[in-house]
Amino acid sequence: MSTMGRGVLNSIWDFFCSLKLTIFSLISLAVTSIIGTVIQQNLSRQEYLKVFSEKTYRILDNLQCFDMYHSSWFIGLLVLFCINLICCSIKRFPRVWHVVHNPMLAPSDQVLKAFSNVDEQLVKGDIKELTGRMEKFLAEQFTVPQLTKNEDGVYLYADKMKYARFGVYITHLSILIIFLGAIIGNVYGFKGYVNIPEGGSTDKIWLRNVQAPLPLGFSVRCEDFSVSFYGNSQRPKEYRSVLTVIDQGEVAVDHRPIVVNDPLSYKGLTFYQSNYGSAGDEVVSIKVKMRGEDKVDAFSLKRGQQVELPNGDRVRVADFAASFRNFGPAARLEVLAKGGEAHIVTIFKNFPNFDEERKGDYIFTLVDFDQLYYTGLQVTKDPGVWVVWLGCFLMVLGSLVAFFLSHRRIWVVLSEKRGKVGVRLIGSAHRNQPGFELYFDELKNKFRESLASN
Amino acid sequence: MSSGQLFNFVTIGYFAAMILFIAFIATRSAIVAKLATVFAFVGFVVQTFAIGLRWYETYQIPGGAGYAPLSNLYESVVFFSWTILLIYLLIDLMYKQRSVGAFVLPFAFLAMTWAQLRLDATIAPLIPALQSNWLTYHVITCFLGYAAFAVACGISIMYLIKVRKEDRADENQVGGIVGTFPSAKILDDLNYKAIMIGFPLLSLGIITGAAWANYAWGTYWSWDPKETWSLIVWFIYAAFLHARITRGWAGRKAAILSIIGFAATIFCYLGVNLLLAGLHSYGS
Repeated sequence: MSTMGRGVLNSIWDFFCSLKLTIFSLISLAVTSIIGTVIQQNLSRQEYLKVFSEKTYRILDNLQCFDMYHSSWFIGLLVLFCINLICCSIKRFPRVWHVVHNPMLAPSDQVLKAFSNVDEQLVKGDIKELTGRMEKFLAEQFTVPQLTKNEDGVYLYADKMKYARFGVYITHLSILIIFLGAIIGNVYGFKGYVNIPEGGSTDKIWLRNVQAPLPLGFSVRCEDFSVSFYGNSQRPKEYRSVLTVIDQGEVAVDHRPIVVNDPLSYKGLTFYQSNYGSAGDEVVSIKVKMRGEDKVDAFSLKRGQQVELPNGDRVRVADFAASFRNFGPAARLEVLAKGGEAHIVTIFKNFPNFDEERKGDYIFTLVDFDQLYYTGLQVTKDPGVWVVWLGCFLMVLGSLVAFFLSHRRIWVVLSEKRGKVGVRLIGSAHRNQPGFELYFDELKNKFRESLASN
Repeated sequence: MSSGQLFNFVTIGYFAAMILFIAFIATRSAIVAKLATVFAFVGFVVQTFAIGLRWYETYQIPGGAGYAPLSNLYESVVFFSWTILLIYLLIDLMYKQRSVGAFVLPFAFLAMTWAQLRLDATIAPLIPALQSNWLTYHVITCFLGYAAFAVACGISIMYLIKVRKEDRADENQVGGIVGTFPSAKILDDLNYKAIMIGFPLLSLGIITGAAWANYAWGTYWSWDPKETWSLIVWFIYAAFLHARITRGWAGRKAAILSIIGFAATIFCYLGVNLLLAGLHSYGS
């Protein structure tokens, strides 16, 4: 390859490794992400045309602004961000690996001069005895050192938390792992939904933007759905579905209640309580007793439905309400006597003796008021989610290591100088210099004490 | 005594601390600075107790199942001011730079004033979506992160004022109002340290939010405006952390990035709820 070609390649490589590109891609991601929070995403054309003119709509549509987080340019920015992450890690990682695994046991004077945390003492004594004393000093105050000898003198080297240098790379790797998890989820997972009426069951679900249903391979029955409120207020307390899973004719999960923060998982699929609605007419159950007789008749009636009573009179459910003026469930019945005259009776579930007080021929009680619901379940499968959690764990671990731990190195160098022994203490930390300076100052004092004690 | 009354005392305490810190900058009296710190600390202790009292009160309402008081806008704003004081007092304990208080206490005081005067303090039991322990983990981590960013923003403003004065005057003659300020180098370092605390907490806040969303709805990420804005904040502080090790981006530009980051944080916290549609409607 020609020198020029190599020069071009090198500058392309340097471009992808550069911190400037990191800052550019982070800031561009931040700024462009705003678009999707201002323009509502994934609405229909009609809904957009209510807000935008035809022309603006077409421009924004061409720029993929209506599904921008999946647009080619936004994905492109994310890819650029990842390439930058990978390249600068590849560039720097081997050097860090080398520093960690091949420590400078006996650095040259030139190298030692570059460090700013230094102390030097000139003491009388035997270099061997002093070396032993310094070994003990480092082992007590810091950690056990390694000893190296050469023509320049004796070198003691000790370091702590060398793996702290990898924190940054763990953090970088974690981002790639999270993206990998997201890709796995997108390729092998799906999000669907299904509505099941109470008492009904289903063996298929629907995916968004897909016409044909997806067979589950087992069936799910909704035994019951209920919604409860706090006191008499409209503030919801709980949405609860009771589900049974039937797999190959056998009950695999029996009457398992699910609520909003407690889903059901079966065979890699998870069913979440998502919404609900009414499935068909509401039903009231009433009991009728003739005054002075023991026999009681029970009926379940829809709104407007009529039924004949034993002696030929008829009763019709004129209206009912789940909650009538804080009195709870109530029903208004129309009693049509054989003779033709009609009168209205109101009964309350919470006041069972209310109708008896009326002193009529019949005593009605409202036993129950039942609304048949369907439960709306969100169904998802995401085999990538554990990969994402692994990435998240590594991200927190990596950033804690990167921010709060530091690789600290201490050298003690002993060399003969004009009949005396020159003892140098040199320290270095790969981050948090001010903190290390304080630590080094203290170490320096102990170092001097240790040398002075004879 | 109710928690609401105690929160009023807390607001007054933070106001006094704020005024005293400003007085310290003007007078340079060490006693004033000490008094300001005492007010801030006592306010913080009372607020801690008041939050505990409100927690107790959630059990006392009819049919109340009790919940950690972090569920609506009022409770979150009160908690935000508490976290600001927590992070501030920690940094004060470590670095003893008293003038920083004048730039941090106003955030806590404003939050308390807004909560006490304008927000609905009614204790209401939790709707189904919020009935989860994830709510507590998510809110605590997010707000500790937000608070660290608030402290960083206050320090960055000090930094910008300080370097402007330093540029105009000779090194030795930096006096007047900025005389009590730590040197630009220390401010730059404090700014970094505060963000260093905030960034992993924000990451944890986003992760606990994602874990909760996945547990409750089956989607850990759906590009909801709140989620997206938290990611925008994350991007900005990630840029800040990388900018610091780049030549030409340290110092003034990093301080500006820190202020922009906090503005984005506030938009993420309040702007999204008040201006945009989404999942985090604070039950309104």
